[in-house]
Amino acid sequence: MDLRFTPEEVAFREEVRTFFRTEIPAEIRAKVSEGRKMAREDYVSSQRILNDKGWAVPHWPVEHGGQNWSAVERYIFMEELMQAAVPLPLQFNCHMVGPVIATFGNEAQKARFLPRIKSLEDWWCQGFSEPGAGSDLASLKTRAVREGDHYIIDGQKTWTTLGQYADWMFCLARTDPAAKKQAGISFILIDMKSPGVTVRPIITIDGRHEVNEVFLDSVKVPVENLVGEENKGWDYAKFLLANERTGIARIGMSKERIARIKRLAKSAPAGAGTMWDDLDFRSRLASVEIELKALEITQMRVVAAQATRDPTKPDPASSILKIKGSELQQATTELLLELAGPQALASGRAEAGHNDAEALFAWADTAAPVYFNTRKVSIYGGSNEIQHNVIAKAILGL
Amino acid sequence: MDFDLTDEQSLLKDTAQRWAADTYAGIEALDAARAEPLGFAEAKWAELAELGLLGLPFAEADGGFGGGPVETLVVMEALGRALAPEPYLASVILGGGAVRLAGTEAQRAALLPGLIDGSARLAFAHSELQARYDLNDVATTARAVDGGFRLDGRKSVVLNADAAKTLVVSARTAGARRDAAGITLFVVPLDAAGVSLTAYPTQDGGRAADVVLADVFVPADAVLGAVDGGLPVVERVVEGAIAAVCAEAVGLMEALTDLTVEYLKTRKQFGVAIGAFQSLQHKAVDMFVALEQARSMALYGGMMVAAEDADERRVALSAAKVQINRSARFVGQTAVQLHGGIGMTMEYIGAHYFRRLAMIELMFGDTPYHQRRVTDAGGLVAAA
Repeated sequence: MDLRFTPEEVAFREEVRTFFRTEIPAEIRAKVSEGRKMAREDYVSSQRILNDKGWAVPHWPVEHGGQNWSAVERYIFMEELMQAAVPLPLQFNCHMVGPVIATFGNEAQKARFLPRIKSLEDWWCQGFSEPGAGSDLASLKTRAVREGDHYIIDGQKTWTTLGQYADWMFCLARTDPAAKKQAGISFILIDMKSPGVTVRPIITIDGRHEVNEVFLDSVKVPVENLVGEENKGWDYAKFLLANERTGIARIGMSKERIARIKRLAKSAPAGAGTMWDDLDFRSRLASVEIELKALEITQMRVVAAQATRDPTKPDPASSILKIKGSELQQATTELLLELAGPQALASGRAEAGHNDAEALFAWADTAAPVYFNTRKVSIYGGSNEIQHNVIAKAILGL
Repeated sequence: MDFDLTDEQSLLKDTAQRWAADTYAGIEALDAARAEPLGFAEAKWAELAELGLLGLPFAEADGGFGGGPVETLVVMEALGRALAPEPYLASVILGGGAVRLAGTEAQRAALLPGLIDGSARLAFAHSELQARYDLNDVATTARAVDGGFRLDGRKSVVLNADAAKTLVVSARTAGARRDAAGITLFVVPLDAAGVSLTAYPTQDGGRAADVVLADVFVPADAVLGAVDGGLPVVERVVEGAIAAVCAEAVGLMEALTDLTVEYLKTRKQFGVAIGAFQSLQHKAVDMFVALEQARSMALYGGMMVAAEDADERRVALSAAKVQINRSARFVGQTAVQLHGGIGMTMEYIGAHYFRRLAMIELMFGDTPYHQRRVTDAGGLVAAA
């Protein structure tokens, strides 16, 4: 037993760390770190740089542009990426639709889509959730009816993250209305430019436009855009969600935010000194750091166990990572909000032309939006209550 | 990065778990052991010696088996799982730890063979009434006299002192009560003139004693380690003990979580097993999550015991203890809650796990104490 990395792994960590911090533009990383609004182009240029290096999709099969990295190397890569505040390669492309097409798609689909997925020439969005199908995803109602060489798709998708930028949507639609819940669902690729696709913004609790409703009104989709077999879409969705779970703890992100809180606390005036002199505040911070260290080791245990697991099946232990990881992400945003204090109330100072005294707290105007936005992490990707159900059933046998 | 046990370590784990499970199969066996004058049966201690567990952390040159931190974790976790009352912590980890870290060859030769073969136990008499968790707070004095020292003072809640043949005692040879320098460790036979014990059971089913030292003479060669330089040894001994109780707590929490889940599956109310209720399922899951977080930090603490850098070691063990304490409290309280009335009774073994976990929280530093140490060190994540 040894918790240390091998010398080769340490060298690998240095290599990726240096690359992230020298090759990805500082302005983009600052936006990520500070929780500022990202332009489409920020995601694209960052992912292009990774893709040119061969690192956009290291977890993919080698023949499609993956790297033959060990589970530990993939873990180090993701942690360093997050700690350097590099935008995650677009998850819908790299962790969701890409692996599904690579695993279940036909050769024509692989050749057509995979290169453009990893380079982000095509931006993908996820068409799973519906107004009536959240945690109970299998109750989705969107229908795809076969007419000759096409499906005609009707329905409504929601919580479509960054759908306003999307070129394509991977969509779950019911192809056999007579079949029971999970059966009768197909995994279909929809060109967002198709007639009948309407994207309507949803402004979330942080005041930002991150998610959308997507209306599908008699959208005509060629049958060649069906992935795998008709009515087997639920299996592919489960595979995809297992993929989504890796790295869900976002430990690197929490570490990055804690490091930032420490930096800011040392210059944030409080009483006769700074917030760093406030032992109560630092104690609450330390409390989160301790739990985060425990989760980091837990994650390493899950990663180490991956070597001997079936990669297509979710590890129920990863539900721990989801539950604790999301709680800790939220806890760090609460500490950031607390650090900003009354200055967190200010919004849009830069636009209003702030003066020098206020510049000291120029960072504070994203503290509240980041706090508000991060409430989502215990809801998405299978809510924490669903994760509790998973552990109760799969591990405890209740 | 590797979480696997070696073949030898796996074998050790099997051996320790099998012994503990066979020996303490139920509450009757535990009650019988606790009814013994010393709180455990000599015959069982002899079995631990035969299995080689008592010599585990000691060098082969000293008659031991040269085991490292992982071996200690494995054994402590197994003892925890079974609530074994044997004084492994007091004698092997604490008393034995001091001799292992600071003893001369002659002292090791005099004390370790008896410890390893089970015939002569040690105890660690350091803490005093006023000290709480501050290891530097020592009021007991040692005056240099012709041919040795004379010790005066009181030691408080010395674990299993009544089962020991020899005490490792800390006393002040220089400086004021709370000075870091000036503490010296001594080897003191329990039957030395002027040593008296008041022994009692502890709240977790073990035993301890308050020790009075009244003008106790020890020869010069009873000094363990450097005169005035005992504190770093005490700190390392206690760090080893923290790692050990963290592992023990993981064993306790694992057993208690298993017990609780089993109860949820068998206890029926409203015509169904109560484990069918989602509110109870989710609480059981939270116990499991707390257990796994504790397991991770026990591994971390165990690894860091051997770290060279004292500051790094200190903050790591404090972080580990905070996590274990929090998990222990949550798992213990939730187990009692999910059991309902039966969880409140001494006739149910789950209650005994809860009691031990609650007392471990208070040993070698409670949650606020260790959280403050992590805070003072600036936390665990580099500010960059």
